[in-house]
Amino acid sequence: MDRVKLFIPLIIFVVLAAMLYWGLGRDPNAMPSALINRPVPTFQLPELGQLKDADDTTLVVTGQTELLDETLFLGQVSLLNVWATWCISCRVEHPYLVDIAETGVRIIGLNYKDEVEAAQQWLAKYGDPYAQTISDPTGGLGLDLGVFGAPETYLIDHLGVIHYKHVGVVDDRVWRTTLQPKYQQLRNALPEAEK
Amino acid sequence: MIAELGHFALILALCLAFAQALIPLAGTIANKALWIGTARPLSCGQFVFVAISFACLVTLFLQDDFSVAYVANNSNSLLPYYYKVSAVWGAHEGSLLLWVLILAGWTLAVAVFSRTLPADMVARVLSVMGMIAVGFYLFMLLTSNPFERILPFPPMDGKDLNPLLQDIGLIIHPPMLYMGYVGFSVAFAFAVAALLAGRMDSAWARWTRPWTNAAWSFLTVGIFLGSWWAYYELGWGGWWFWDPVENASLMPWLAGTALIHSLAVSEKRGLFRSWTLLLAILAFSLSLLGTFLVRSGVLTSVHAFATDPTRGVFILAFLGVVIGGSLLLFALRSSTIGAKASFGWLSREAGLLLNNVLLVVTLAMVLLGTLYPLVADVLGWGKISVGPPYFNFFFVPLGLLLILSMGIGANLQWKRQSTGSLLSLLKAPIVISPVLAVLWLVLAGWDLKVASLLGLTAALWLSLLTLQDIWQKTSYSGGRLAGLGRLKPGYWGMIVAHLGIAVLAIGITLTSNYSDQRDVRLVTGERIEVAGYDFLFQSVEQVRGPNYIAQQGRFAVFTTADDVDAKPFATLRPEKRRYLATGNMMTEADIDGGLFRDLYVALGEPLGDGAWSVRVYVKPYIRWIWLGAMMIALGGLIAVFDKRYRKVKVTNSAPVNSRAVNSVAVNSVPKESTPALARASKDS
Repeated sequence: MDRVKLFIPLIIFVVLAAMLYWGLGRDPNAMPSALINRPVPTFQLPELGQLKDADDTTLVVTGQTELLDETLFLGQVSLLNVWATWCISCRVEHPYLVDIAETGVRIIGLNYKDEVEAAQQWLAKYGDPYAQTISDPTGGLGLDLGVFGAPETYLIDHLGVIHYKHVGVVDDRVWRTTLQPKYQQLRNALPEAEK
Repeated sequence: MIAELGHFALILALCLAFAQALIPLAGTIANKALWIGTARPLSCGQFVFVAISFACLVTLFLQDDFSVAYVANNSNSLLPYYYKVSAVWGAHEGSLLLWVLILAGWTLAVAVFSRTLPADMVARVLSVMGMIAVGFYLFMLLTSNPFERILPFPPMDGKDLNPLLQDIGLIIHPPMLYMGYVGFSVAFAFAVAALLAGRMDSAWARWTRPWTNAAWSFLTVGIFLGSWWAYYELGWGGWWFWDPVENASLMPWLAGTALIHSLAVSEKRGLFRSWTLLLAILAFSLSLLGTFLVRSGVLTSVHAFATDPTRGVFILAFLGVVIGGSLLLFALRSSTIGAKASFGWLSREAGLLLNNVLLVVTLAMVLLGTLYPLVADVLGWGKISVGPPYFNFFFVPLGLLLILSMGIGANLQWKRQSTGSLLSLLKAPIVISPVLAVLWLVLAGWDLKVASLLGLTAALWLSLLTLQDIWQKTSYSGGRLAGLGRLKPGYWGMIVAHLGIAVLAIGITLTSNYSDQRDVRLVTGERIEVAGYDFLFQSVEQVRGPNYIAQQGRFAVFTTADDVDAKPFATLRPEKRRYLATGNMMTEADIDGGLFRDLYVALGEPLGDGAWSVRVYVKPYIRWIWLGAMMIALGGLIAVFDKRYRKVKVTNSAPVNSRAVNSVAVNSVPKESTPALARASKDS
């Protein structure tokens, strides 16, 4: 029995190594096949309120009660960006999102498992690239979407159908080589009236 | 030419490492003294050639040779020379070269400082380290060669080093961290050598301890520098983020901490032998796992190097050979070296056992949290990620428990302690520490919170018990001062490190509970008051750095009581930088540091009309976190210099079975640490 016990660390390691190998064989950017070309899951969540300038020096929190749902994505091609203030990679990615938002790309934010007030302060401080931000403090929508960890970015067409998911930071390289071509493709496929 | 020279030197180093891995080990099996004797010269040779290779890469950076791909990707002609040097380890290929250089350095150190060890032991240890080196050389030469050229059309200028890495903290953080990671390879090699020889006695533990302490101290410094860098460079005020790569450095640290304590028991009492070996294997395995996580792309992280699946497969295969092989060896051989001895449930052994259990549980918790997204995915539980809430939920109570038990554990005697004598030791601190904690908070004018009271009480409890122990240690001899002089470096190391933990705990408790943070919109000329400090936003002007242009804010800080015309006691100049080569924007916070509080100002975005978003922090006692960490590292270092580790001359003893081990251990221990008096040998 004692001899068998000594093999326990080895067995744990073998299991762990098998998992790592599986993780390696998997494209970290690939999305679960179940969600490719499927509509965004239904949801009803509040919009993240914005910071309103009250006395010219201090930024004060004003909550908004408008509920957002999946119709948010209809009519335009959008990026859905999952972020949180506890995620350092999001901090790295953020300035680049601000840049591409300025070129006219519509980005919807999904504030994931976060504190509302911290998130509002973040946007006030670092700039707000999002057309609208969905507040998902419990991570319910994130779970339905299969969020692996912030940041993640989804490409969604004008019918609300998910076309692509990128896990990790969106930077110049990712945008130019992967997301932008796909984004342009969807834009070009838009009916002329909606462009 | 220089690049080719560096490449060639690297190949020669690989050849020497091959020889070092095979010949001495074969010598111990075939019992040929000549083969065994090759271990030391081969280690020296290997070091020389890696050093040449490393010097070549440094030269290429200093000469701006952009025909070398790695230089072109990570440097720029505008980069200051010191960042050109540190850019050598700024990305994957070069950091691997640094890794093997450090490995060769540790190998050389073992070869030089192991004159007192039996030759066959040294041969085995150096062989094992040679095997590890072979793996890394092959990895570099086959998948990540830093000397690769871009020919025939090299770029005119380099892409520049990531601006986040252009910082003094990042010049020394990776070398320190690698010194720690790689340093654990020594303990690992000793463990594998013991398993190969089927022999592990107290002398073995005594040889291994200083190496483990040294590696652990470097790792502590490395982690602390990383945290310090995150604090002032990310412009965000946090000092620990539970990022997968931070966790990857914390895990070997926890395993190393457990190893240090378990080694103490193995040396002094000959117990926990298999466990000690397992921890030595674990500490280095986790270091390797950290490398894997950073470089394979399995987890996403801000630290992740350029990911490449072939590299991932190679590292995983390497992990399989090193970790799998050593654990298999452990499973097959460790039963030959176990020892049985009894100890009471109230004894130093039991205390150290509890310490090990708590540390390993914490380690398992961190490992699970780090790999959870992956594990949950594999098991089909859906894709779930864990954030800081998970880690804090488990880490805080475990940490508290660890600190509370540390105070008691260090006061216990070997073998057995009576309940009565222990209670008499504890009765004063048990009353004084909560009272002091309340007093501290009241005097500082802070609210009493359960969390801060618990944290402070635990830290004070540990400090009081530690100081009380010094008091008692010096009470027997004639005069306190004479008593202090008689205490050994090993003991002082423990005291300093334990007090460091207390200081660290105080820093964490007070910073997390009483930091004041304001995000405001300010126009120049306006002021804002935060936690009793008055910040006046004076101006924003443009300044030029060597490779960036910055908007530099000027903030004068007054204590609120001052009238308007008073001289400010501090002026802070936070910057918003734009790096020319990449166009990256970077926030450089400016900090007025102090022992009791940091004033921290970061410039956010311009909001138009001369207004800026500004983040102002007042963080009490945050420096104590790093002060504590430095004390911990210093403690480890002091213990290395205990004379006990060097005096010993052990003859090449015959293999010893488990029954005989204790008597041999006593025989081979120098007189000052003979465990005849439990009291006298408490200073492990």
